[in-house]
Amino acid sequence: MYDAKKIVPGILIFVVLFTFPLWSNMGKAAPAPKPELPKTEKVCVMDTAYMKTEHMVLLNQWRDLVVRDANRLWVGPDGKEHFMSLQNSCMKCHSSKVKFCDQCHNYAGVKPYCWQCHIEPKENM
Amino acid sequence: MATVPKPSELGKVDHRPPQRPWTETTPEFRPGTFCYGAKAKNLDVVGMPNPREWNPADEDWKLPDDWKDITLKGMEDRLNKFRSFKLFMDICVRCGACADKCHYFIGSGDPKNMPVLRAELIRSIYRKYFTGSGKIFSKYAGARALTEQIIKEWFYYYYQCTECRRCSVFCPYGIDTAEITMMGRELLNELGCGIDWIMGPVANCYMNGNHLGIQPHAFKDMIMFFVDEIEAVTGVRVEPTFNRKGAEVLFITPSGDVFADPGTYTLMGYMMLFHEIGLDYTWSTYASEGGNFGLFTSHEMMKRLNAKMYAEAKRLKVKWLLGGECGHMWRVINQYMDTMNGPADFLEVPKSPITGTVFENAKSTKMVHIAEFTADLIRHGKLNLDPSRNDNKIVTFHDSCNPSRAMGFFEEPRYVLKAVCNHFYDMPENTIREKTFCCGSGSGLNTDEFMEMRMRGGLPRANAVRYVHEKYGVNMLACICAIDRAVLPPLMNYWVPGVNVTGLHELVGNALVMKGEKKRTTDLRYEPLPGMEEEEEAEDV
Amino acid sequence: MNASQSMVFSLVAVGILVCLPLIGVTAGMTSLFGVIIPYAAVVVFFVGIVARVVRWARSPVPFRIPTTCGQQKSFPWIKADNLDNPSDTKGVVLRMILEVLLFRSLFRNTRLEFYDGPKIRYASAKWLWLGAIVFHYSFLVVFLRHLRFFTEPVTPLVTLLESVDGFLEVGLPRLYISGLALLAGVTYLFLRRVSIPQLKYISLPSDYFPLFLIFAITATGLLMRYVFKVDIVGVKELTFGLATFHPVVPKGIGVLFYIHLFLVSVLFAYFPFSKLVHMAGVFLSPTRNLPNNSRMVRHINPWNYPVKVHTYEEYEDEFREKMIEAGLPVEKKE
Repeated sequence: MYDAKKIVPGILIFVVLFTFPLWSNMGKAAPAPKPELPKTEKVCVMDTAYMKTEHMVLLNQWRDLVVRDANRLWVGPDGKEHFMSLQNSCMKCHSSKVKFCDQCHNYAGVKPYCWQCHIEPKENM
Repeated sequence: MATVPKPSELGKVDHRPPQRPWTETTPEFRPGTFCYGAKAKNLDVVGMPNPREWNPADEDWKLPDDWKDITLKGMEDRLNKFRSFKLFMDICVRCGACADKCHYFIGSGDPKNMPVLRAELIRSIYRKYFTGSGKIFSKYAGARALTEQIIKEWFYYYYQCTECRRCSVFCPYGIDTAEITMMGRELLNELGCGIDWIMGPVANCYMNGNHLGIQPHAFKDMIMFFVDEIEAVTGVRVEPTFNRKGAEVLFITPSGDVFADPGTYTLMGYMMLFHEIGLDYTWSTYASEGGNFGLFTSHEMMKRLNAKMYAEAKRLKVKWLLGGECGHMWRVINQYMDTMNGPADFLEVPKSPITGTVFENAKSTKMVHIAEFTADLIRHGKLNLDPSRNDNKIVTFHDSCNPSRAMGFFEEPRYVLKAVCNHFYDMPENTIREKTFCCGSGSGLNTDEFMEMRMRGGLPRANAVRYVHEKYGVNMLACICAIDRAVLPPLMNYWVPGVNVTGLHELVGNALVMKGEKKRTTDLRYEPLPGMEEEEEAEDV
Repeated sequence: MNASQSMVFSLVAVGILVCLPLIGVTAGMTSLFGVIIPYAAVVVFFVGIVARVVRWARSPVPFRIPTTCGQQKSFPWIKADNLDNPSDTKGVVLRMILEVLLFRSLFRNTRLEFYDGPKIRYASAKWLWLGAIVFHYSFLVVFLRHLRFFTEPVTPLVTLLESVDGFLEVGLPRLYISGLALLAGVTYLFLRRVSIPQLKYISLPSDYFPLFLIFAITATGLLMRYVFKVDIVGVKELTFGLATFHPVVPKGIGVLFYIHLFLVSVLFAYFPFSKLVHMAGVFLSPTRNLPNNSRMVRHINPWNYPVKVHTYEEYEDEFREKMIEAGLPVEKKE
């Protein structure tokens, strides 16, 4: 091999950079997030699968209906009426942002902008 | 020999590729578009394989029985010797940036003259025999099996590339088609499939010291003829020496300057300059060729021919080497000579005896370009120049491919040019310096049987000259290359009548006011100097 | 093969590659597509790239052959262009940085305009450069953003990139410019390949295939983010499991994710054996990564071998009489 003095370091830099995910997590466990589920209620406004992937879309719709149309009532697919409010409805069951919202959001690196307007609940961990 | 169609016909070029994929087309060996095959006697002189009488236009090329093995083994050998070759086989993404940069493509419209396809001609073979994907997926991976037809295709297109490197300027990975063409030609030469216009000069240069095969006594005679010419024009008798031991400088220039107009005027310019500054220099009849057609044959042949320069410098015990105006000669000197035939530790770092300037940029090769040397003289005010003697010449400068893209030699010649003539106009930006266009006849393709392709390939250069010809009235195309001086005149005659060709040092010779010279009435071509037209006529009467 | 055959071949190949995980995962082969194939692809990628570079490195650079694109270094009073014609290491490093990061050579591009007469002009042509910049940099950003699936806690680099990439703050989930730019870039590269006749003529299946593949990867990624959302926490469990060598295959991740992952795996595995190795090759190009100083410093060719030359002695032996007669000095006067 020729020019090893330049090429070997080059290869090493490439390998080290590209294996960043492998060595930066060395020895770390992979704890899947465990959002704390409400103790009082068993079902949310929609089914779990939908809420997992689409809750942000629903919250966005709610926000628009409340803020732009001054409409606070929302009828779910099952015919039940819900009061559209992050702090007074959602957080009534999911009472802890830290133990519920942040669990997955932090894990997936998501930074929702809910709390730019809403007042973040004060929690003592 | 085929006649070349009229410019108006040749100028109609269709750049749209044909319907048939390039893998299914074969070249037509039409007169004017290919060079004659290398003759057996020339191959014999230098011991090259498969000498025979053959004609590229024939069906049977009389290849050796094991031509396929030779070719594939030759490829493997070169893949292992040249990283450039191996790398350039792998990394092309066919972005097409090079496609319209080639003068032969611009002038011919033949898609296989796009540098990318020129390289694919050999890359497809590389894939078939040297990569796993090519072996498995064959044509789906862009691979082709090697056939005799492909050897013919290589011959046709690797002798339709002047190794000018313009494509490599634009390639995002610096892929240099010259490298690929050089490999292609090496492989062809292993089968005895070179061209005679290259092999003839190679054989001559090897045995007699120069491309023309001029023997030592004749070489001296020819130079002495120009000594007389100089005396006739200037009244000054210059005194060149030959094969003289102990001279300070060995001067080597392409032999074209010694025998063919307008290079001969450049030769006169050199000798007048050397005389005027009192340079202690010698010519060599053994190393009487600056050019090196070995570069167009193989790396080995390049080395074999180039070896004479250092060998002769050593024998004559000179201090350093001075090189004349030549394009590919300077590619060899700048990029190959020291590596191949160095170290030149028996020489001294070149130092101008007139100005005291030490040529640090040549401290290892110990060889200086004459335009560098002259620029330094002018810079130090050592020359008495009268640029008005060139006032009837409206000059533009053709950057030769090799000094441009294998050296970066742009300002030195322009500096000299601006000092020796008052009317200088550069051609448009995209056609000069590193983007300069080939004369269309470089790399050993300056033969008459190739005239149609030469005119096609020279079209982009001629087109740019025509621009300044029409805009500024340019009537003189200056250059620092012997092949240029030989091939640009017919090119200008064909595309831009009214533009003549000159070497840089011809203009220096015209402008140089020599000690003890008579009143000059003509330039080196015996054409009246500006303002002297009447005196000339009077003298003629 | 003509252009349409090449395209159809590549399209069908990518189509098959989309179908494989679709069928496989539906049939329950989640471990194969979620763990085994990605691991295998990454191994092939690293081994393949390193092997390729070593293969190049095993051939020497016998001659110093930079393409000089600027004024050489000669006199102090002539300004040398150390960037386009470097004479030292510093210049070479700068040249390479500009080449690798800004595609400087491509920026020079011109376009031929050929008129009757003939009259030739060279017009500015920066679109390819722009397209290439958009394509490569958006790909880089998208690639780096994916580190959120492979780091825990998510590395601040990703957070920063996301905030810049999503600065428009439109859509929900927030729209990233890079994703669209990548799709636009790859589409542009495809469209120019089929709309410029010469380019279409030189294109091989191996030119279309990576474009289609990257298009499919981008499209599935965008679909997953904006349209058919998948269980992102489940995805990260899987990807992070891969990164920490504790592979797990959570249930309920949409098949779209497996298609995306499989196509990415194919890209990784295909990389070292295709033109995509230009990523590594660009660093090794002898016309760019060498200084133009071979008259100052002797370059060594490791295989330089002695050659047969015609010596002066042989020359003089042949011409001695003529030389003496012409008054030329000779070594031996016989």
